[in-house]
Amino acid sequence: MKVLVAIKRVVDFNVKIRVRSDGSGVDTAGVKMSMNPFDEIAVEEAVRLKEAGTVSEIIAVSIGPAQCKDTLRTALAMGADQGIHIETEADLEPLAIAKILQDTAHKEDPDMIFLGKQAIDDDANQTAQMLAALLNWGQGTFASHIDFTEGAAQVVREIDGGLETIKLNLPCVISTDLRLNEPRYASLPNIMKAKKKPIQTVALEDLGLDTTPHLNVLAVEEPAQRKAGQILSSVQDLADKIKEAV
Amino acid sequence: MRTLVLAEHNNIELNPQTLNTVTCAKALGSVDILVAGKNCGDVAQACAEIEGVQTVLIADDVMLAHALAETLAPLLVSLAEHYDAILAPATSIGKNVLPRVAAVLDVQQISDICEVVNENTFKRPIYAGNAIQTVQSRDAKKIITVRTTTFEPANPTGGSATLKNIDKVDTPQLSTFVGAELSTSDRPDLASSAVIVSGGRGLGSVENFALLETLADILGGAIGASRAAVDAGFATNDHQIGQTGKVVAPDLYIAVGISGAIQHLAGMKDSRTIVAINSDPDAPIFKIADYGLVADLFDVLPELAQALKQ
Repeated sequence: MKVLVAIKRVVDFNVKIRVRSDGSGVDTAGVKMSMNPFDEIAVEEAVRLKEAGTVSEIIAVSIGPAQCKDTLRTALAMGADQGIHIETEADLEPLAIAKILQDTAHKEDPDMIFLGKQAIDDDANQTAQMLAALLNWGQGTFASHIDFTEGAAQVVREIDGGLETIKLNLPCVISTDLRLNEPRYASLPNIMKAKKKPIQTVALEDLGLDTTPHLNVLAVEEPAQRKAGQILSSVQDLADKIKEAV
Repeated sequence: MRTLVLAEHNNIELNPQTLNTVTCAKALGSVDILVAGKNCGDVAQACAEIEGVQTVLIADDVMLAHALAETLAPLLVSLAEHYDAILAPATSIGKNVLPRVAAVLDVQQISDICEVVNENTFKRPIYAGNAIQTVQSRDAKKIITVRTTTFEPANPTGGSATLKNIDKVDTPQLSTFVGAELSTSDRPDLASSAVIVSGGRGLGSVENFALLETLADILGGAIGASRAAVDAGFATNDHQIGQTGKVVAPDLYIAVGISGAIQHLAGMKDSRTIVAINSDPDAPIFKIADYGLVADLFDVLPELAQALKQ
């Protein structure tokens, strides 16, 4: 089976972001960037399936500026076979990303597409579902376990009430959740090897897709801050405060 | 504007987050509700009684029993021509289904809105709630998931909506429901509980995590967990509160042994009163807690339970 894994370059999860004072957005200049953590889980799952012999080829795709190549190199070092970089400086919305990935899927003809369930910058949680809709494939979102039987994927999903298992015809789209696996750190030899793996670069405008934004971002602001509280000195004080609060 | 709210339910009971979503929809215009399921008549009846709802559409079919996105989304798409906006709570069902609807309609969904500015403009949290984005949609139709903690619940009684049966939409079967392992608990639902006692890695084990139950029993609260506690196996995934888990805003949130990573704070910082118990005085949770106690939680928990019983 052939797997396409979509990965996004985002502000590292450890960075405390700074909102620009003019309300125009979040300051990303000079900020550490990394692969979206949920996408790392997606790459890891594809690599494990390849190691298990279920998957034969892994293509990692990233859409964005030149530096996305670094993110793709990370995926290649983890075990992906090749990368596709769709280059653009534009700030794209999930629907536009889904349209681009639909185009990639038509060209590459994968059996499955893995994506992280949400990106930790825009927190939209949409791209996988939109991609599945555009391809008219089944979707296994928020996956915490994946099995394969006779041309179908059985996906355990993390839902509000617990866990749900669904069976999807192949091809399908799967969005990965936290408990699916623990992504590996690429070893130094694998990082070296990844430098020789192919990355194909395509200019977004050459794809001829309509990726015009549907939303105007009018402002980005700091949220209301909570006032610092009070450190209490005894359990009895704490009990009194709790009684007041309920 | 005419709006359609996707009711969240388990075919027996209406999930109360639907009520908050109705309040959000009312800010946009008139409200109809879709109840899609199997033998979901009681849920439809409950929806008809929500104050301010005009029509309850009922699609009752075995194919809709489990809210699979592949069958539910085409149904919503078929209804879209009659509505200017389709809304659902930002639950695991809403998040799963609505983007599939939006893509087919060529609409850029607006996820997890926390405020309606006007019928085209909405506020929503980004970066784990560390920034609030105001977006204006150019789409003629709006597809919206709602952060339910920021909207009051609509009155569940006093309404008298018309009930109307509609047909399911025939779609190729792309997915099949196999089974579910749902947590059963006598405690209040995490999303709507007035009190939440939440535990983190500091509890150290499944057995110790159970210490929270005494406190939750006394206060009539639900039990939550940080990602670290869920990853460590102290609690199941449905307890997780945070950026990618559940978002809660109870009257009282007691964080026990939770350091307070931004990803966790994203899910609980709108709680009315936050209490933190942690042995590390530098834990970030104390920066947002109204009341903190720096102490060993294993000493505090029994003593606190005793003091609260008095």
